[in-house]
Amino acid sequence: MTAERRVVVTGLGATTPVGGTVPETWDAILAGRSGAKMMDFDWVEKYELPVKFAATIHTQPTDVLTKVEVRRLDPSAQYALIAAREAWADAGAPEVEPERLAACIGTGIGGVWTLLDQWDNLREKGPRRVFPLAVPMLMPNASSAAVSLEIGARAGAHTPVSACASGLEAMGYAYEMIRNGRADIAVAGGTEGAVHALPIAGFAAMQALSTRNDDPERASRPYDTGRDGFVLGEGAAVIVLEEYEAAKARGATIYAEIGGVGMSSDSHHIAAPEPEGAGASRAMVEAVERAGLTPKDIVHVNAHATSTPVGDVAESNAIRRAFGDDTDGMPVSATKSMTGHLLGAAGALEGVLTILALHHRIAPATINLDDFDPAIKLDVVHGEARKLPAGDIAALNNSFGFGGHNVAVVFTSV
Amino acid sequence: MAQSEQEILEGLAEIVNEETGLDTESVQSEKSFTDDLDIDSLSMMTIVVNAEEKFGVRIPDDEVKNLKTVGDAVSFIAKNQG
Repeated sequence: MTAERRVVVTGLGATTPVGGTVPETWDAILAGRSGAKMMDFDWVEKYELPVKFAATIHTQPTDVLTKVEVRRLDPSAQYALIAAREAWADAGAPEVEPERLAACIGTGIGGVWTLLDQWDNLREKGPRRVFPLAVPMLMPNASSAAVSLEIGARAGAHTPVSACASGLEAMGYAYEMIRNGRADIAVAGGTEGAVHALPIAGFAAMQALSTRNDDPERASRPYDTGRDGFVLGEGAAVIVLEEYEAAKARGATIYAEIGGVGMSSDSHHIAAPEPEGAGASRAMVEAVERAGLTPKDIVHVNAHATSTPVGDVAESNAIRRAFGDDTDGMPVSATKSMTGHLLGAAGALEGVLTILALHHRIAPATINLDDFDPAIKLDVVHGEARKLPAGDIAALNNSFGFGGHNVAVVFTSV
Repeated sequence: MAQSEQEILEGLAEIVNEETGLDTESVQSEKSFTDDLDIDSLSMMTIVVNAEEKFGVRIPDDEVKNLKTVGDAVSFIAKNQG
């Protein structure tokens, strides 16, 4: 290859706690609607879970998939398939050789519903009643496999697993595949369907979840002094990435270009972020540099901002460490205030929201920010959405995961 | 109480529909599970286990490979129903 291959985004798909599609989700984000609600699963009371709410999926898969698809796919893979179909159709279902088409769908946990349901079957009814598709349904790569089957992707089906950074890492992986010539088009994103008693009990045991049971819609409050943990969400978000010249030649709608990707690991603690944000800031700096930009070019940040007391401050430190005084006046949005935390799908959903922010030139407002935490040294968009400037602009999306995984992606306007 | 072969066929067609989405009308006695109905071995195992529950029979794993057509399964179930 003589010239560097550029990678652009030509399709978007999502099924989230606030909408069954990308347009529905974006409308909800601009309207400041929360997807958090009380859970009506019988296990909430049965196990006396300390957290009784979550940002559950807006549109049930049974409303959009066939009965057989629902039966044969774990909820996490159902969400991935729904989002991938929307993204692929949105891109105009481009013609591509299967050997040049890839699928990269990350997940934090994988098929936990299937695992636990089948464990119940085994204990209550015996091994013969374990569903023959139990293993291919619960494996973490089930979603990338399902998407590759759906679109006929044969260049590779990959499943980055890095807890809550998985979805954005998958987009980064797909970007690299196209850039280095392994594929011409890739469908990439993240999915999670882990609103289940065990993950909730586990996250609650580590005191990571908000326990604001009396007011779920106000529970996810990044940067607010009253924040007390994240709100578990579920869903999937997927984009279609394409080599720029080919996308242009076929007249595709180009939402944004992926300017650069930065990744790092903390090697600090299995769950806690490194408080000074050294690793996270390295990922951000790398993403900006690889995009051939400087911090001054970044006009919007969609932060990881999960609404945990420690994590939000650590990210604020990391952003300042990366961008110094250029952080002042850099509008930061924390969309988890509305969507909750979709774990392995979070980075992918926020990737889609960052792309839409660039495309529509508007940074969405963070909700539930009533009493700004003075430990946060960021210009947080709240109250109302903020217009982004005309001309060539760039935005950054951060995503971090338990285990010390840091992913940052710079998207640019085209 | 034992069911007629017609009742078993109808019940089996419902199980196949549930598992594969195939029309119940397409599930007819002379149809081969693999060649005509395109049912793979994993789906077949699910159908077998669901049929065991529905009809109160035991279909040993060794027997499953002999159930080539829908009619084979109906006869086996009819013969072994308690």
